[in-house]
Amino acid sequence: MRIWLEKQRHLIDFTLASLARRKTKNIGLLLAYTLLVFVLASLTLFTQALRTEATFVLAGSPEVILQRMVAGRHDLIPPGYLDKIGRIRGVQKTEGRLWGYYYDPVVKANYTFMARPAEEIADGHIMVGNALARERGLALHNTISFRSYAGKLFSFEVSGVLSPDSELLSADLVLLSENDFRKFFEYPAGHYTDIALSVANPQEVRTVAAKLSSALPDSRPILREEVLRTYQSVFDWREGIVLTVLAGAILAFAILAWEKASGLSAEEKREIGILKAIGWETGDVIRMKTWEGLLISLTAFLLGFIAAYVHVFHFGAAVFEPVLKGWSVLYPKFTLVPAVDGLQIATLFFFTVFPYTAAVLVPIWRAAITDPDAVMR
Amino acid sequence: MRPSSLALGFLAVLVAICLFIFGHFFRLTVEDSPKVTANRALVEKLGLTDLALFTEARYTRHPTQADLHSALQDHPGAFDHFPSGSLLPPPAILTQSHAHLAGKTTSPD
Repeated sequence: MRIWLEKQRHLIDFTLASLARRKTKNIGLLLAYTLLVFVLASLTLFTQALRTEATFVLAGSPEVILQRMVAGRHDLIPPGYLDKIGRIRGVQKTEGRLWGYYYDPVVKANYTFMARPAEEIADGHIMVGNALARERGLALHNTISFRSYAGKLFSFEVSGVLSPDSELLSADLVLLSENDFRKFFEYPAGHYTDIALSVANPQEVRTVAAKLSSALPDSRPILREEVLRTYQSVFDWREGIVLTVLAGAILAFAILAWEKASGLSAEEKREIGILKAIGWETGDVIRMKTWEGLLISLTAFLLGFIAAYVHVFHFGAAVFEPVLKGWSVLYPKFTLVPAVDGLQIATLFFFTVFPYTAAVLVPIWRAAITDPDAVMR
Repeated sequence: MRPSSLALGFLAVLVAICLFIFGHFFRLTVEDSPKVTANRALVEKLGLTDLALFTEARYTRHPTQADLHSALQDHPGAFDHFPSGSLLPPPAILTQSHAHLAGKTTSPD
């Protein structure tokens, strides 16, 4: 065993010396390789962490949201709907929700206004999301004015800024009292934006949704499982889109690696010829080249993965931010809780380390079995 | 020092860091993070349904609450205004509801 180990170490010494002779080329390859793993691993880690966090957090969203549709558009819930729903068996609790959008021309951003009960927020006061507070330079007890859609000016005192940790959910939220909400948007009395329901038995959610649809044919129930499924598909889609964009880069790297690994330069062929002429066996040459492939691909994979981890979980995936941000002015600053899917990383490992190592071997084997005299000539 | 010792030592350090990262994950899950549990409590309290990732349009801010036509609000088949639209597919529930009805109606359309 000791002899075998010593032999491998000598082979590695030799491989490193051989790599050092073509320093620029090999460092370039290592950098390109690391960068590719970095981008792919960042994408995997980012979407996986976002997916895990969204699934966990949104599992607390209302079991059923009931919207009213008029001509294919979301409309207000008129008075009387809450009573009708309350009579459906299985419905435990109903709550009329009041929320809507407001465009703030000052920072050219959209806010989500949401009414809260009077015991949480007093009239004339608001609580705002941290991204909004940052963008408008708001702090506790500051006063801010919004011009309503009717053209009236409303002033509110900021009685709280939501935790920066919740920015992913509350970046653009403005929480205000129900009275203020109705006055600001001139909501007709007794009307709601939609209705949140909770169902006594989780197994009955679908049955209750079917009953709601038949009792109120103009309504559209949105189940919590549909909310979760939407987010799963949003992140799958996003990952797919970025992968498609990256496909060109991946192919370019595949060509580079294949070219580097499979097309032996005359110098490399000569090196193999000399090694064979001085007594190296074919097996030794192949072993040496395997070490070369493994050293490069393993270093690139590990470096790329660690860099991706730091990038995603400590720098908030700064590279992807401009892509994800789109045209939104208010973009949440968030750090994700690390969540790694071992299978995804194993797949990445398999598709980056193995092909390169394998591609190195074939031409070496071909060169190593030919006559040293013919190779050197 | 031999080059092989340096190279293998460097690889061992990288592997150790990776193992630490993986070990960390297996010990910690989202449930353990006070930040995420606080966020879930906020979702339950306020009845939130969506992440505030894209705030530029109502169907990107609340993809789960958007109606069937919101992405095409100007005219049918209109191109999407917002870059997020290319990152965001129409919610599955919207496309599925059509699939759901297909072939199931008793009367001809």
